[in-house]
Amino acid sequence: MEQQQRPDPLNRIDGAFFWAAAERGELAVQRCCKCDRLWHPPRPVCPVCHGQDMDEQVLSGQGRVLSWALSVHPRPFGFAEPPIAVLVEMEEGVRIVSTLEGVPLDEVHSDLAVKVDFVRSNGGKALPLFRPAETRA
Amino acid sequence: MSIVSPARRAVIAGIGQTEFSRASGRSEQRLAAEAALAACADAALDPAKIDGLITFAIDKSDEIDLQRALGIEECRYTIRLPQGGAASVTTLVHAARAVESGFCDHVIIWRAMNERSQYRFGQPHFGISLDAHSSTFMEWCFPFGAQTPAAWECLSAGPYLSRYGVTSEDLGRVSVLLRQNAATNPASWFHGKPITLEDHQASKWIVAPWLRLLDCCQESDGGVAILVTTAERARDLRQIPVKLLGAEYAMLFNHEIITDFYQGDLACLPVSERVRDRLTASTGLAPRETDVAMIYDNFTPQVLRQLEAFGFCGPGEAKDYIREGHCALDGQTPLSPNGGLIGEAYIHGVNNITEAVRQVRGTAANQVRDARTAFVGAGVAGAILARD
Repeated sequence: MEQQQRPDPLNRIDGAFFWAAAERGELAVQRCCKCDRLWHPPRPVCPVCHGQDMDEQVLSGQGRVLSWALSVHPRPFGFAEPPIAVLVEMEEGVRIVSTLEGVPLDEVHSDLAVKVDFVRSNGGKALPLFRPAETRA
Repeated sequence: MSIVSPARRAVIAGIGQTEFSRASGRSEQRLAAEAALAACADAALDPAKIDGLITFAIDKSDEIDLQRALGIEECRYTIRLPQGGAASVTTLVHAARAVESGFCDHVIIWRAMNERSQYRFGQPHFGISLDAHSSTFMEWCFPFGAQTPAAWECLSAGPYLSRYGVTSEDLGRVSVLLRQNAATNPASWFHGKPITLEDHQASKWIVAPWLRLLDCCQESDGGVAILVTTAERARDLRQIPVKLLGAEYAMLFNHEIITDFYQGDLACLPVSERVRDRLTASTGLAPRETDVAMIYDNFTPQVLRQLEAFGFCGPGEAKDYIREGHCALDGQTPLSPNGGLIGEAYIHGVNNITEAVRQVRGTAANQVRDARTAFVGAGVAGAILARD
């Protein structure tokens, strides 16, 4: 994993599995054991069936871009360079906010196919990010 | 329609505010007290008679402080409302219920903030506890570089703007209109300072590819307060009562505050459509049938999306609706004649409610001729005010 300046995850008990999966190089979201629905961000119980046994499901890592945002001013905290924040719809249907690398801002477009990759934060934690699917580093 | 008797219907009987500034030079508790006292003075009501206090969950002043400051004899009801600026209009829902039920006689709604001199919402957010409140917008966005309301707005509005081919110039026309209105409102931050579309296009990027500096509301210090009572009690007070014809809010399945983009078609705002339909049913008036529209303008794309969802125009039509002048002071439904949160000040939307009151009273700086009704909308909440 490459080393650049980026902030550490905000790790809470309900989302700990997400960051543990990232350490394994996997992108995982919450899955309700009772109804199999996927949730991101993770919910304390399943909002549909109210199941309280929540597991995780590893995703393919493939998705498409819905929207993007590069914070020019003020500059984002913890980053060497302002990143492109991106809202990605995964092929499994859940949506995730992450960062997009490997493509200049003016070439980002709706439905851009992207694939997950992992990098290290300032504190050495694994962070998922996305790159264009065809040019994965 | 309401089953409340006409005498007991909720009315806004007083409004008050401080100046809107870069640095108030006094505490938020002081701003709250000044605004509340001004609202009572406006109505000629003894502040000791207030018995209900309503504010935002994230307001940093305090009900107990305010009760002491106002010399309230017996406070019977206090409540803080969730979400960000949507809480502005949501306060009206609770104030109306409180007085129409007979639970309270006189309710003060207030918002006081040194949101310029002490802290700024527009800076990367650190101060929110992840183990309290609805903080997914921090936990699941911050590590990835989306750390401000402008960044979250960009992610939220992007699909709408892309689908309908909205340009930065289209967004700029919203700001030009609001700054034109602010320019002739002596209370506004930008009094005497209109902008051109060229100024908008030359302003720096806050969040590319959508939000320039002049697409953002004006972070401000200030306090605003509103006095709600019944029609019957308002007869003994000084001002022309402004009827609260209806006030509604909704949170739909799996709702998030400002990062409400994890499900559904992001080109529309179903929750605002729901509020529109309920308001129309409860008041007999659609928002577009009112004489003035006060629409929460934290960022310009929000104005376009809400114009459509609240029913002023069809899907994708808002940019042309603005361009064709329908929101101008002499248009179909004038938008935020005070200059809105972009032009007057950002007191979290409550200063848009007080402007609606002035418009219906007929006392606004930029008075819309013959205005008898006004719509106030803030995403998940909406209200319609009317001359008695």
